[in-house]
Amino acid sequence: MSNIPDNLRYRDSHEWIDPMQDPAPVGITDHAQAELTDVVFVDLPKVGAVVTAGQQVCVIESVKAASDIYAPVSGEIVAVNEALQNEPGLINTDPYLGGYIFKIKPSNPAEVEKLMTAAAYAAHIG
Amino acid sequence: MVPFAGWEMPVQYTGIVEEHKAVRNAAGVFDISHMGQLLVSGKGAAAFLNRTLTNDVSKLSPGQGQYTLLLNDKGGVVDDLIAYRTSEREFFLVVNASRIDADWEQLEKQLTEEDDVMMANASDFTAGLAVQGPRSREVFQRVFEKSAPYPEKNTILISMTENGPMWLCGTGYTGEDGFEFFVPIEKAVTWFRSIVDAVKAEGGVPCGLGSRDTLRLEMGYPLYGNDLSEERTPLQAGLGFFVAMEKGDFTGREALAAQKANGMPDKLAAFRMTGTAPPPRPHYSVLHGGQIVGEVCSGTQSPSLSGGIGMTYLPSAIAILGTQIEIEVRGRQFPAEIVKKPFYRKA
Repeated sequence: MSNIPDNLRYRDSHEWIDPMQDPAPVGITDHAQAELTDVVFVDLPKVGAVVTAGQQVCVIESVKAASDIYAPVSGEIVAVNEALQNEPGLINTDPYLGGYIFKIKPSNPAEVEKLMTAAAYAAHIG
Repeated sequence: MVPFAGWEMPVQYTGIVEEHKAVRNAAGVFDISHMGQLLVSGKGAAAFLNRTLTNDVSKLSPGQGQYTLLLNDKGGVVDDLIAYRTSEREFFLVVNASRIDADWEQLEKQLTEEDDVMMANASDFTAGLAVQGPRSREVFQRVFEKSAPYPEKNTILISMTENGPMWLCGTGYTGEDGFEFFVPIEKAVTWFRSIVDAVKAEGGVPCGLGSRDTLRLEMGYPLYGNDLSEERTPLQAGLGFFVAMEKGDFTGREALAAQKANGMPDKLAAFRMTGTAPPPRPHYSVLHGGQIVGEVCSGTQSPSLSGGIGMTYLPSAIAILGTQIEIEVRGRQFPAEIVKKPFYRKA
């Protein structure tokens, strides 16, 4: 059974965002990391990039496949998780804390409300 | 599950890296029921196969097998396969799933009345399992006890079991010790369950297509469709060891002789990413001195080496050890170097 914290919001493409923090960290869910298995490389986004919700912002690679990561909300990427360059496996071992991918300063906080709650995401992945 | 040559096959059961490491350290079982089996028999069977395949079947005693290739007239590879001699006049060919029809056609059209040879395609009635890894012998003991001897490398044994007939072979596609066996399809599930139980008891796991690919590529074994095709010869693929030029004429020989005399346009080279890089994957562009010189044929992240490895056809002048190349991934270039095969050697 995969871990789906209540305090986060979720995109259908399996990204999570912590809307209570500013800037808000973004990563992929426990379910997504279990499906991908063995993340071996993270192509981090550029700090300072201004993105819109749903825009593809970076790629993470497992042995199995390359997967696009999408911005859950619009805003500016103000930090990236440099630790992933040397230790991409943090996405597998600690998807909600040490394995976050980037931090975003939302430009339209109302967009968070369009994202799934933990209960909705649990239903989404069945 | 993914579609593969008309079959639905699992990429992984638990995870590619976990399955890969189980095979390197203990044991793994692969469902290889997709693979094809052709039976060639008759007084002229050996002569017919020596005329159509690259390796020399006259070197095989009953019970032995060899890696070999089936070529077209231009020397291009129709398939790579294992030919086992099951008796003086009978051969059992294990071929790639995607090439069964092409193989049949290429063999049948070269068959004449005078050959006194019969061909049969057992692929649709035959399931197969491969057990690979250093604990394969223990797995074997658990399942077969004393009912069959453990098959030595490149041998075949046909035996009757309580679940029907079985072709038992000392072969594999991982570089590890192991065995493969083929059984009537209606007994496949029974066999799979008992093998999975034995593999698990030895600390192993069932394995999917994903780890089958990482394991074979670490050994530098080619995969038909990625590294082998009708467009290139086995000499270009670095498989000259399995081509018996001296045995007499065979289909494609003329083209190979011409390549030996005049040189090859390109050769399959093994490369390793030299720094932190995304895994190289098939069809990525390969550059040398700023120019695109080819594309990745096979490529993956090696779980044993924790780095990217792959194979690519390069112009012969640069397909040499130590050449620096770049692999383009999403518009960025990452350095790699031409290295020796196999990528992985057991410590």
